Amino acid sequence: MKFDRLARRKLLSHTITVLAGLTVVAVLYPLVDLVYTAFVHGGTVLFQWTFLTSRNPTPCSAVSCQTVGIGNSIEGTVAIVGLAALISIPIGVMAAIFASEYRTRGLGRAVSFTADVLTGVPSIIMGAFIYGYLVIVNPNLVVTALSGSLALAAIMIPIVARTTEEALRVVPNATREAAIALGISKWKMTMRIVFISALPGVVTGVLLAVMRAAGEAAPLLILTGGSTLWFSGYDRPASALPYLIYQYALSSSTNWQQVAWGATLFLLIAILIVNVLSRYMIQRLSSKMSGGA
Amino acid sequence: MDGAKMRVSHLTAFYGSKPAISDINLEFPERQVTAIIGPSGCGKSTLIRCLNRLHETAARTKVEGEVFLDGEDIYALDPVRVRRRIGMVFQKPNPFVTMSIYDNVSAALRFNGRPSHEELDRSVVRSLQQAALWEEVKERVDAPATSLSGGQQQRLCIARALAANPEVLLMDEPCSALDPIATSKIEQLIGQLKNDYTVIIVTHNMQQAARVADYTAFLYLGQLIEFGPTEDLFERPKEKLTESYITGRFG
Repeated sequence: MKFDRLARRKLLSHTITVLAGLTVVAVLYPLVDLVYTAFVHGGTVLFQWTFLTSRNPTPCSAVSCQTVGIGNSIEGTVAIVGLAALISIPIGVMAAIFASEYRTRGLGRAVSFTADVLTGVPSIIMGAFIYGYLVIVNPNLVVTALSGSLALAAIMIPIVARTTEEALRVVPNATREAAIALGISKWKMTMRIVFISALPGVVTGVLLAVMRAAGEAAPLLILTGGSTLWFSGYDRPASALPYLIYQYALSSSTNWQQVAWGATLFLLIAILIVNVLSRYMIQRLSSKMSGGA
Repeated sequence: MDGAKMRVSHLTAFYGSKPAISDINLEFPERQVTAIIGPSGCGKSTLIRCLNRLHETAARTKVEGEVFLDGEDIYALDPVRVRRRIGMVFQKPNPFVTMSIYDNVSAALRFNGRPSHEELDRSVVRSLQQAALWEEVKERVDAPATSLSGGQQQRLCIARALAANPEVLLMDEPCSALDPIATSKIEQLIGQLKNDYTVIIVTHNMQQAARVADYTAFLYLGQLIEFGPTEDLFERPKEKLTESYITGRFG
């Protein structure tokens, strides 16, 4: 009798373990398959130096079929996402500081609620919003790198604001009270004590937003468009990796398909590197803060 | 009683609509240690947090009445300036975790002015000496504050408060998170601090009040029941409630 119950428990335990293991496989399989496929198809083109330094090719013609690079797309992505980051990080961080540190006022709660809602807005809607706005203000700006940056900034602001607010909330109230009791003004306390304590979390949020924006194709589809030229200013169309992948992967030209695979692999690796580097940085930052222990 | 450094007049403090303390009248004599005792939830922390206007920084709080520092109502002054004259040490040590020992102690001076390096050095050494921590940390003032033990961290917080050159030092159960050895160090320290500062200490430990305080106030359910020289309060309490509390019949 006793033995039976033990056997049943063991059986149940094993079953649950196996089921849990299967879910792990289910979660990991798409990622592994994605990386594997990207390597198989994109590996050969990516690991040539010229792929990163030269422009997008023209489609295959009867006479020639060249696989050249994604240099202009990398440049365009950096330019578009860079400007988006410059716009969104200060706004997002400031909004978060207001929402977290000045919460006693009703407006603070409104800020975090708005950020919550905006985080869930599909990126193409953000693109359409910027499109509609620019058409009224200055139609010449619609198909430019600037419009793409604005749309990506609109996507990034709520992400930066939300994660920064979370990071600020984690700073213990005892820290704030210690500063208040020393007669340190609220602004200095917020910026130089609370914000600094929250910095690892803020950095995570910013990187998260940057990576999200770097992989975003939808708003660029209706705004910036693509380009096979080098980046030539924010008032011109520009190339960007996700858009390039979308456009080239659907093409019938084999060299474009190859470029799309190479770009996919590049984007994956770049995001992976930023992810790992940022985690390492945050770990060092926070261990430095907590005494290297 | 000699001159009062701080005086509390008809002080009532609310959390939401509920008063945590009501109509408190009390005087804190200069360069003496005054203890505030009472059972948990009697409002002693609320009272001490009204003395540097910290109570009002929490959400949905309200303070009525007056608190005088050298005859001036602190509720009519700029709270930031008031807090520079009244230091505070909290229940749990709360050093700034992102800063070194040196930066913690010099925080008030650095954030509230533009001191020279020599000024900072002097202030840090003096404050750490006053807080009886200097000998233990003089070799490693650039180490993170979090590398110190709990008792050391609490003395660091005392040093940090003293470095701001306050006139009054508020201590909200400064030993409740510490072991007996660290506690006795802090108690000795309080005895020395009263030469230079007016010390007001909240404690739930009656023996501690008896050991360190010159005057003691007994609070119960948000009311001030009795106030007087510590000896009188513990040996000849005037109120029945005080007597039953100090003899351990409740609380």
